[in-house]
Amino acid sequence: MNQHGEPSHHVDSVRTYVGVLIALLIATIVTALVATLDLGPFNIIVALGIACVKMMLVVLFFMHVRYSTLLTRLVMIGGLMWLAILLLLSFVDFGTRGWIGVPGK
Amino acid sequence: MATAAITAERETYLNSAYGLKSWLLTKDHKRIAVLYFITISIFFAIGGTFAGLIRLELLTPEGDLVSSETYNKLFTMHGVIMVFFFLIPSIPATLGNFFLPMMIGARDLAFPRINLLSWYLLIAGGAFAIFAMVAGGVDTGWTFYTPYSTSYSTTYVIATALGIFIAGFSSILTGLNFVVTVHRMRAPGMTWFRLPLFVWSHYATSLIQVLGTPVIAVTLFLVLCERLFHLGIFDPALGGDPVLFQHLFWFYSHPAVYIMVLPGMAVISEIVSTFSRKPVYGYAFVAFSSMAIAVIGFLVWGHHLFVSGQSLYAGLVFSFLSYFVAIPSAVKVFNWTATLYRGSISYDTPMLYAFGFIGLFTIGGLTGLFVASLGMDVHVTDTYFVIAHFHYVMVGGTIMAYLGGVHYWWPKMTGRMYPEGFAKLSALVIFIGFNLTFFPQFILGYLGMPRRYHEYSQEFQLLHVLSSAGASVLAVGYIMPAIYFLWSLRYGPVAGANPWGASGLEWRTPSPPPTHNFDRIPVVTFDAYDYSTVIPTEVNDVGH
Repeated sequence: MNQHGEPSHHVDSVRTYVGVLIALLIATIVTALVATLDLGPFNIIVALGIACVKMMLVVLFFMHVRYSTLLTRLVMIGGLMWLAILLLLSFVDFGTRGWIGVPGK
Repeated sequence: MATAAITAERETYLNSAYGLKSWLLTKDHKRIAVLYFITISIFFAIGGTFAGLIRLELLTPEGDLVSSETYNKLFTMHGVIMVFFFLIPSIPATLGNFFLPMMIGARDLAFPRINLLSWYLLIAGGAFAIFAMVAGGVDTGWTFYTPYSTSYSTTYVIATALGIFIAGFSSILTGLNFVVTVHRMRAPGMTWFRLPLFVWSHYATSLIQVLGTPVIAVTLFLVLCERLFHLGIFDPALGGDPVLFQHLFWFYSHPAVYIMVLPGMAVISEIVSTFSRKPVYGYAFVAFSSMAIAVIGFLVWGHHLFVSGQSLYAGLVFSFLSYFVAIPSAVKVFNWTATLYRGSISYDTPMLYAFGFIGLFTIGGLTGLFVASLGMDVHVTDTYFVIAHFHYVMVGGTIMAYLGGVHYWWPKMTGRMYPEGFAKLSALVIFIGFNLTFFPQFILGYLGMPRRYHEYSQEFQLLHVLSSAGASVLAVGYIMPAIYFLWSLRYGPVAGANPWGASGLEWRTPSPPPTHNFDRIPVVTFDAYDYSTVIPTEVNDVGH
C-alpha cells in the first residue's frame, strides 16, 4: 500500500521476468518429455503438478498477485480452492471406478 | 395527465433522458435493470410457449400433436431458454441490478459500463439461441449430454452451445460487478452486518457465478471442439469419457440451481420482514446460510450421476454431502417462519407470493432429499418425479419469489401501484395452477412415467390431463400480472416513497428514484430491518 491507501504498483526487474520465462519454457519441455514416459497412474499427477507450478509462476509474477492486497490474494486462493474441489471430487469417481469389478469380466 | 404531474415535479431515472439511444447506451443500473426486465420477460414468454406445447402434446397417450423429433426439440428449447436466458439472469439482473446499489447507499454499481456490456452479452447469446430455434432447433436436452451432443445429434447444437457460452460471460460479469460493489461501494456506516439479507444472498450468488460459470463455458467449448474437430474428450469412440462431461457440466449446473434460488431467498427475506414489521429472526444465521449454500452447493454435483456409470464410492460420497445442503436451506425456512411469529402480518400481494415460495420451496427441497439418496434415486431417475422436484424449486421457488419481488418493488421502480385485488387473485391462480401442474408429476414419476417421451401408457392419462389443465391455469396466472402491470404504468395510483413502510435505504428515496439514487449519500446509523426509523408514505390516488 502507498500513503494514499491505494495498492502500490510494484515493477519487477527485467531479470526476474526473464527468469520466470525461462522457468516456464523449461517446465513446458519437461511436460513434453514426461509425456513420452509411461508413469502409470502418475502420468496425470505429474502433468497437472507441472501445470500448477507454471500457473503459480504466471499468477505470482506476471499477474503481480505477489504484491497485491490480501483481498486480491484471497480471490486467487478461492479460485484455486474451487479448482481443487473440482479435481478432488472428480477423482473420487475416476480413482475408485475399478474397485468393484464388472460382472462377467 | 397524472404522469405529467409526477414527472414535472423532479428528475427521475425514467425522465432524465428520452429516446432509444438514451436507453441502449445507458450506464444507469436502474435503466439496465429495466432492459433486462423486458428481455427476460420475452424469453419467459418463449420458454412458456414451448412448455404449453409440451403439455398440449401430453394431453393424450398417443404422440399425435408433434413427432418425437419435434417433441425432443420442444423440451430442449424450453429448458435452454428457461434456465440460461430466464432463471439465471431473472432476479439478479433485474431486481439485483436495480436495488443492490440502492440498498447499500451507492449511486451505481462499481462498473457501470461492464453492467451494460453484460446485458449486450445476454442479447448476443440469446440471438444465437433463437437463431438455432428458428433454423430448426436443438434436441439434446438442456444438459447436452455426450456423446449424443458431440457425435450423433444432427440439430443446431453448436449455435445453441455458443449462445449459452456467450450468455455465461454476462452472468460472470454481473457477479463480478456485484462482488466489487458490495466490497467497495457501501455508504458510510453500512457495515457488513447492517447489509440487508438481499445483499448477502446476492453476494453469495455472485460468488457462484464467478467461480462456477467459467467451468460450463469451458465444458461447452470442449463439446464444440469435439463436435467440430473430433478431439477425443468425451466420446468413448475417440478415447474420451462421457461421464467426464457430466462431472464438468454438473460442477456448474448444480450450483446454478443456487444461482437461481438464492436470489429468490434474498427477495423472501425482505418481503417477510416488511410484511411482518419485524427484523428477520437470526439475521447472522440467515446471512451465513447464504454463504454456506454457495460453498456446499459446489460439493454435491455427483448426485446427478448416480446411474450414469459413476463409481459407487463416489456416489456414496456425493449422497452424503448432498444432505448437508439441506441444513442452511432449512435454517432460512425456519428463520422466516420464526420471523412471522408474533409479527404484525399483512397479507399484501408480495407476502402471498412469499408464503407460496416458503411452502413450495420446502416441498421442492424435501423431495431433493429423496433424489439425493442412492437407492431412492435409482427408482426415480429420469422420471417425472425429478421434473416435479426441480420445478417446485425453480418455478415454485424462484418464479414465485421473482413475482413477489416485482410486486414488492414495482411501486419503487415505476412510482405507481398496481390493482391489489387483481394481484392477489393472480397470486392465488398461480399457486393453484402451479400445484395442479406439478404435483401430479410426483405421482407420475413414482409410478414410473419416464421424462422426455411424447407417448405414454394409457394408465398415466388422468394425471397428465390434470397436469396440462394446471398448466393452462398457470398460464392465465402469468398473463394477469403482465396486463395489470402495463395498466398501472399509466393509470396506477401514485405510490409515494415508501408505500409498504419498509426499512431499506431504497425506500428512503423518492419513487421512481432519481438518476443518482440519493440526493445525498446516506450515512447509515441503524441496523437492517430497524422499523423504528421508518416513515411510511400514503398511496396517493391521483392516477385515477
